[in-house]
Amino acid sequence: MESVIFSVFNGVLYGMLLFMLTSGLTLIFSMMGILNFAHAAFFMLGAYFAYYLSGGLSAVFSSLIGGPAGGLVGFLIALVIAPLMVGVVGGLIQRYGLRFVHRFGHVAELLFTFGLFILIEELVQMFFGKVNKNYEIPELLNFAAFTWRGLNYNFYRLFMLLVAVGIFAGLFYVMSRTRVGMIIRAALTHPHTAAQLGHDVPKIFMLVFGAGCALAGLGGVIGGNVLGTEPSMAIQLGPIVFVIIVIGGLGSLNGALIASLFIGILNDLSISLDIKFRGLFAAAGVDIDAVEGIMADLVHLSTAKLAPVLPYILLVLVLIFRPRGLFGERDT
Amino acid sequence: MAQFARRYLVWLIAIALILALPWLLPGGSARTVLSQIGVAIVFALAINMLLGQGGMLSFGHAIYFGLAGFCVVHIIEGMSGDPWITIPISILPLVGGLFGLLFGIIIGYVSTRRAGTVFAMISLGFGEMVSAMVLIVVAFFGGEEGIQTNRAYNTEFFGLVDWTKDIHVYYLIAFWGLLAIAAMYAITKTPLGRISNAVRDNPERVAFVGYNTQRVRWIVFSLSGFFAGLAGALHSISFEQAGFEMVGLERSGSILFMAYIGGIGHFAGPIIGAVSITGLEKLITDVSKAWPVYIGMFFMVVVMFSRGGIAGVIQIHERIWRIEWRLMKTLALPYAKAVGATLVAVIGAIGLVELTHTVTSEEASSTAISLFWIPFDAVSVLPWLISAAILAVGVFLCRRAYPGAKDSYGEAMKRATEKVLG
Repeated sequence: MESVIFSVFNGVLYGMLLFMLTSGLTLIFSMMGILNFAHAAFFMLGAYFAYYLSGGLSAVFSSLIGGPAGGLVGFLIALVIAPLMVGVVGGLIQRYGLRFVHRFGHVAELLFTFGLFILIEELVQMFFGKVNKNYEIPELLNFAAFTWRGLNYNFYRLFMLLVAVGIFAGLFYVMSRTRVGMIIRAALTHPHTAAQLGHDVPKIFMLVFGAGCALAGLGGVIGGNVLGTEPSMAIQLGPIVFVIIVIGGLGSLNGALIASLFIGILNDLSISLDIKFRGLFAAAGVDIDAVEGIMADLVHLSTAKLAPVLPYILLVLVLIFRPRGLFGERDT
Repeated sequence: MAQFARRYLVWLIAIALILALPWLLPGGSARTVLSQIGVAIVFALAINMLLGQGGMLSFGHAIYFGLAGFCVVHIIEGMSGDPWITIPISILPLVGGLFGLLFGIIIGYVSTRRAGTVFAMISLGFGEMVSAMVLIVVAFFGGEEGIQTNRAYNTEFFGLVDWTKDIHVYYLIAFWGLLAIAAMYAITKTPLGRISNAVRDNPERVAFVGYNTQRVRWIVFSLSGFFAGLAGALHSISFEQAGFEMVGLERSGSILFMAYIGGIGHFAGPIIGAVSITGLEKLITDVSKAWPVYIGMFFMVVVMFSRGGIAGVIQIHERIWRIEWRLMKTLALPYAKAVGATLVAVIGAIGLVELTHTVTSEEASSTAISLFWIPFDAVSVLPWLISAAILAVGVFLCRRAYPGAKDSYGEAMKRATEKVLG
């Protein structure tokens, strides 16, 4: 029972991390119609930038104010600067690349971001190497927040949750309650009218794209030290992120949130519970030790083994029974 | 007869060239590359059928290629034992195509419900699903090592064909490849081909006329799966193995690059792309490890500036050439300037990429490199400055030269149009 509750907790956390990615993606999609394939690549950039920044800054601050405190300060500065850097990269790419593709339509934009994804992945390998980076959780945040029935829950995980929730509260507030948010929403639904009222619509698009990328980068900064910072982290998360937004319903922020949490919990539960299918086959009268070939693979299946495929199975089910996704408004 | 000859001249030349090429380019590795090009052409045309003709962008088309390849390897393995039926190797590509068709029908039924960017995401999901299966269903996929076989279990046509010889496999690929190319070309001329173009351009109107757009997409998708499966079967027969790399995203992406760079708007585009990119890859991977960086950059430049790819660029000039070929002379100088400027920029960019690669690479033991036959040390400052300067000059020249080239094209086109209109 304890392990179930803990894995639900971890699943919520993983789900919130996924939501950091899917929300940025949904933001860009619902506003500009661009499905940004390279989104997970910006997540990866965020993790790498944070690794180098926090590493360098920690060394500086450690010599000034002592080891652990210096590490924390370095990390917190990286937490602010690295997403900004990713946002600037994203904005520049929109300004000097994506903007020219717009006239060719959304499929061409998707192809452009696909090329970008491959390119960023290769450049990261070229500049930062192929091996895993030792991006560590700052020492002062790495302690047990609470202990329950002998199991520790790390404070850093709570910190991640706090950052994720804080960011979304802030984002929601800016978008729905401030003048800036109003102009952005106007530029996205009525670009010509907004332009005639004197707002620089191309610039707004650039800023929105940059902000979405910065959100992905922020996810990388706080997730990179838990999930591991390596060149394959983008390709591991990228497809799942797209599956989530299709399941949740394209363009729906609520759908993205629910689907992210659901996939996160499903993932952690299926790994930690690890239900074996052996009993099922034994009950059906299959001699487990005698089977060979494909049947053997089937008999030895378990939910932990199936975990990487589960999101895609869910995708197929949603497509068959509810093609618009859970919270989608239109079919195509 | 003369009319027949003119109409099919392109095809006859192509067939003659395909038959003669292995003898014109001697050596075992040339034959392997030619076989790979043949497979890539069929696969790229299958992608074109989907994306160019039907407007469906798939990030997971390698699964039909790969699954058919795995099935064919299993069939060959099965037949070297004690089979109840023997399928000759020469028929196997068709069997592989049928497997591609089968998977295309099944997966297409679900995924073609949506179009546009959503379809692309769904295709990616299916692609990743099959990739993940490779490590789960080990008995079929062979896990990380993949599965191997030996195609030389029998001879065919009364002992005339010997599958241990590369050249016989090359001709097998040439035969099925030509057949597939002809079939796909024929499909573009059928009512199905036309209506799939209409579904790509304006689905609402097609639905209004009374066609079921989802069914049209489904049929085109399944047929494209057939040809992808045929290409996969040829690949498996040629390499005598099937592995993870046949179904993965990398394969789907690389074939997409080839088709798009060649040009998806024109039937010849993917062929141009498959030939040039496969050939370039062979040439460049011999001298540089940064191939994926180059191809990624090239792809993005093509997406940004030319919707029709290489074939599109040829096509817009073909019109002028047909109407009044002398107009091409006015284009020569501005185009030469643009090409020269591009070359300068490319040389600078290559310099920077190679320098970065040498400095950051963990495998290289020394930082001594040789660029354009000039040896130097990559850690010194001078080569970086020179490369950056060349790149900057190239970009500057490009910004000067391209508007001129564009204007002269517009002028030539205008004069050609005036000539036609009288």
